[in-house]
Amino acid sequence: MAIETIRALLEEAFPDGEVEVVDRTGGDDHFHVSVASGSFAGLSLVEQHRLVNRALADPLSDGSIHELRITTKGRE
Amino acid sequence: MTLRDQIKNVIDDEPVAIFIKGTPERPACGNSMRALQALWNAGAPITAVDVLPDPQIRQELTALSDWPTIPQVFVKGELLGGADITEELFASGELARKLDDVLGEEREQVLKTVAVVATAT
Repeated sequence: MAIETIRALLEEAFPDGEVEVVDRTGGDDHFHVSVASGSFAGLSLVEQHRLVNRALADPLSDGSIHELRITTKGRE
Repeated sequence: MTLRDQIKNVIDDEPVAIFIKGTPERPACGNSMRALQALWNAGAPITAVDVLPDPQIRQELTALSDWPTIPQVFVKGELLGGADITEELFASGELARKLDDVLGEEREQVLKTVAVVATAT
């Protein structure tokens, strides 16, 4: 799972989003994604993370993301 | 009782339930450890369930919670989140406030481990 694929999925899900993806271990399966998006307005943290998880549902379910850390931020 | 019912009972009945890889004494994953530490430091009583003994546990849990990753933390039956959210809420002080609200400030802090196993009816 390349970083670019994850970034593309997130940018598709959050068209206004500022997306950052870090490969935490260099092993191409432990990622930290940070997303700032207007879509998070008014949502609880759980709901915000659900949106991110949903955007990455495929790589999460097929195991190509072994570990995922998420940071979400609202955006004007 | 089905596995799913057992999991649901833990979520609904325990003040704070956490589903982790490994045990609180020997967490098998850094994220499980991060969430446990944040909960403990926030003064939460903890009921831990190890998802590793049976892959079905994680499958059923995720079907119930609609949350793909482990750990998963529930406060009074409601999904609080995974390790990132638990840490974030601990750091901001919001976790301790929430626990005060729903469990009271005089709560007893105990750590226990529960196993979920499907039983024949």
